[in-house]
Amino acid sequence: MIDNGRLNIDQAWDLYRSADFHTLGRMAHEVRLKKHSSSLKKHSSSLKRHSLSLENRSQSLEKHFEPVVTYIVDRNINYSNVCVCGCRFCAFFRPPGHSESFVLSRKELSEKIEETLRLGGTQVLLQGGLHPDLPLSFYEEMLSFIKSNYPIHIHGFSPPEIVFFSRLEGIGTAEVISRLRVAGLDSIPGGGAEILVDSVRRRVSPRKCSSAEWLAVMEEAHSQGLRTTATMMFGHEEAPRDRLLHLFALRDLQDRTAGFTAFIPWAFQPQNTAIPREPETAVSYLRLLAISRLVLDNFDNIQASWVTMGPKVAQLALFFGANDFGSTMIEENVVAAAGVHFRLSSEEIDRIIQSAGFQARRRTMTYELL
Amino acid sequence: MFEPRYFKKLGLEDISHKVAEGERLTISDGERLFACPDMNAIGSLAHQVRTRLHGNTAYYIVNRHINYSNICVNGCRFCAFSRKKGDPLSFELSEQEILDKICASGNGLREIHIVGGCHPDLPLSFFEDLVRKIRVIKPDAFIKAFTAVEIAHFAKKEGTSVIDILARLKSAGVQMLPGGGAEVFSARVRERLCPEKLDGNGWLDVMRQAHETGIRTNATMLYGHIETVRERLDHMAALRELQDRTGGFVCFIPLTFQPANTGLSHLPPTTGVDDLKTIAVSRLMLDNIEHIKAYWVMLSVKLAQAALFFGADDFDGTVVEEKIGHMAGAESQQGMTRREIERTIRAAGLEPVERDSLFRKVFRRPASEGRLSSSPDAVWLEND
Repeated sequence: MIDNGRLNIDQAWDLYRSADFHTLGRMAHEVRLKKHSSSLKKHSSSLKRHSLSLENRSQSLEKHFEPVVTYIVDRNINYSNVCVCGCRFCAFFRPPGHSESFVLSRKELSEKIEETLRLGGTQVLLQGGLHPDLPLSFYEEMLSFIKSNYPIHIHGFSPPEIVFFSRLEGIGTAEVISRLRVAGLDSIPGGGAEILVDSVRRRVSPRKCSSAEWLAVMEEAHSQGLRTTATMMFGHEEAPRDRLLHLFALRDLQDRTAGFTAFIPWAFQPQNTAIPREPETAVSYLRLLAISRLVLDNFDNIQASWVTMGPKVAQLALFFGANDFGSTMIEENVVAAAGVHFRLSSEEIDRIIQSAGFQARRRTMTYELL
Repeated sequence: MFEPRYFKKLGLEDISHKVAEGERLTISDGERLFACPDMNAIGSLAHQVRTRLHGNTAYYIVNRHINYSNICVNGCRFCAFSRKKGDPLSFELSEQEILDKICASGNGLREIHIVGGCHPDLPLSFFEDLVRKIRVIKPDAFIKAFTAVEIAHFAKKEGTSVIDILARLKSAGVQMLPGGGAEVFSARVRERLCPEKLDGNGWLDVMRQAHETGIRTNATMLYGHIETVRERLDHMAALRELQDRTGGFVCFIPLTFQPANTGLSHLPPTTGVDDLKTIAVSRLMLDNIEHIKAYWVMLSVKLAQAALFFGADDFDGTVVEEKIGHMAGAESQQGMTRREIERTIRAAGLEPVERDSLFRKVFRRPASEGRLSSSPDAVWLEND
C-alpha cells in the first residue's frame, strides 16, 4: 500500500482511523525492519574498517540477523522548575517565588553529572522552565562549566526556551542558538512541540511559542549543524486529526533539513495538571506510534516511551514501529510530577529488548552504536 | 487475518491453515507459535479465533473479591500472600467483616469471588453458613468460591470426600468454582515450588467432580517462574482433554507470576511479549474453552487492553479489593469502576458487554443506570 510512494494526509487518516490493529502494527514494523536492516549493514561496514576479525563479524551479523533496538544511558537534568509559561498540561512547573521552586546550584549540577558518568551515561538532557530572571549568559556559563569539566554530550534547551531567551535578550533565535552552541550545546531536544497546531496550543499552552516558531527554531538549529529530536504530546485537547497535522509538519521540515534524529510521541499524563482527562490507553498509543512510523518516512528512528506507557507496552511498541527504547532516565521529573513512576536499569532494558527477539545496543544522540 | 503468504514466510502456513479451518493444534504447533518472533502474526491468528467466537465484544463483570484469610498450611514458594497462623502479617476475616464488605458493595454486584489460604482450623460449616448468608444479602450475585485446592483441603480436614464437600457447598449456595491453584501441572515444577499443594492430577480431579456435580469452573495457569514453554503447553493440553470430557470450564485465565516478596523474588518479572504470547497461544490451543481472560490485576490495565487483540475476550471485573497479586508487587490499582472498564474497552475499538459469571449478558434498566433492582426478575439474562 505504501510501496508506491509516501502517504498523503487523507491516506494516513484512513489508515489511522480504519486499519485493523494488527495490520497497522505489521505495516509499521515492516517499514521499521527495512530501515534498520540497512542501517545495521552500514554499521557492519563501518566495523569492517575498525575490526580485525571483521570478515567473520559482518558475516555473522548478516546471517544471524537480529534487528537492533537502541537506547541511551542518560539523565534528565531539570536545571529549574521556575516557569512563567503556565501550560495547563504541566504538573512540573512552579511560578517564580513559589516555595517549591528551585534553580540547581553548580554543586548539584556537578553531582548529577558525575553520577551519570559513573553509571556509564554519555549524555545529559538539560531542560528547565521559562525563568523570567536568568539572562542568556547564565546558560552560556552553565554550558561552559559542564563542558570544561565533564566529557558529556549536552542535549539541551527545547525551542520554547530558545524563543523565550531571544525575547528576554531582544536578539534573534539564530543568535541564541549560535551563542549556546559556542558555549557547548551539542544538540536540541524536541520538547515543547506538544501538538503543532496553533488552535490547540492557544487552549493548552497559550503563552508558549507558536507552531511556526517551534519549527523555525528547529530549522535554524539544523542549519547551524545541530541535530535535534522531535516530540509530540497527544491525548489532551487536540482532535485526532491534529496529530496527523503535527506529523506532516515535521515531515515537511525534515524534507528540507534532514536534521531530526528521532521522533518521540508521548501520551499526556493528566494527574496533577489542569486538564482533567482519562489517560490514553495502550491501544491508542500503539496506533499513534504505528501511524507515525508510516507517515515519517524521512525519520530514521522512532522511540517507544516506557516512561509513560510502562515497560510491557513499550516492549510491544517494538512491533508497532519503534526501534529505540529511549533512555535509562537515571532521573526524570516531569512525568513523575504527573504521578507516573516507572524505573528501569540498563540491564532490565537489555533484557526487555532481547526477550522480544532484538539485539540491544547503546547509542549516542545521533544513533551511532556504542 | 493476514494472508497465507505472510504466514508461509514465517513457516506457520500449516498452523494458519488449521486456525482458519478450526482444526485442533498440537503441542508442537504451540511450541512453534511461542518461538515465532512476529507479535503481529501471533496476535492476528489469536484475534481471528477470538473474533470468530465473540465478534467485537469484550466482556467484563461487576464483581468483588473477598480474600477471607491468608493463613495457609501450604508454603508455596511463588506466593507472597500466604502466612502461617500467628504471623503478625496473617489475617482472618470474621463472618461479619466479610458480610460488611459485601453489603458495602452496592446494588450492581454480579459476582462475589471468594478465595483464601488452606486454613488449618476453619470448619466447613463456617463457609456453609457464610455462603448461605451471602445468598440472602445478595440474591442477584453469583457466588464463585473456593479453588480446587481449598476444596481438597476441606475434604481432608473434614475426613470426607471431595464430592461430599462439593455437594454441601453447592446446597449452601456456591454456584461456581474459581480456577486458581492450578499453577502449572508439571510434577517437576510443583515438587520444587509447591510440594505440599494438591498435585496436578488432584486439581483436575476436583474440577472433574465439580463439573459432574453441575458446578462449572474456571481454570488458571501461573506462568513466568521456572516452568518451560513445553510445561505451559502440557498444562493447556491437560485442560483441553478434561474439557473434552466435561465441558465444565467457562474461562481460562493465564496468571502472570509476580516475583516481589515471594521465595522466587530473584526472578525477573515477565515481559509484555511473553504475557501476550501466552494469552494468544492459550486462545489458539484451548479450542474448547470459550473464554480467555485478560486479568488486569496481574497484567496492568494497559497491557490487559492490548491483550484484547491477542486472544482475550474478557477483561475480568471491578474486583474492588485484591490482595494476592498486590502482595506480590502487582502495580495495578485495587479496583476499577464500570466506567473505567467500559472506557478502556471502547478505546480499543471494542464493545463492552457486562456479563454474569457464566458470561450471560446482563441488561440494566436504563432508568436505573448503573444499578440493578434487588428483585431478581429485574435482571434479564440472555440465553435463559
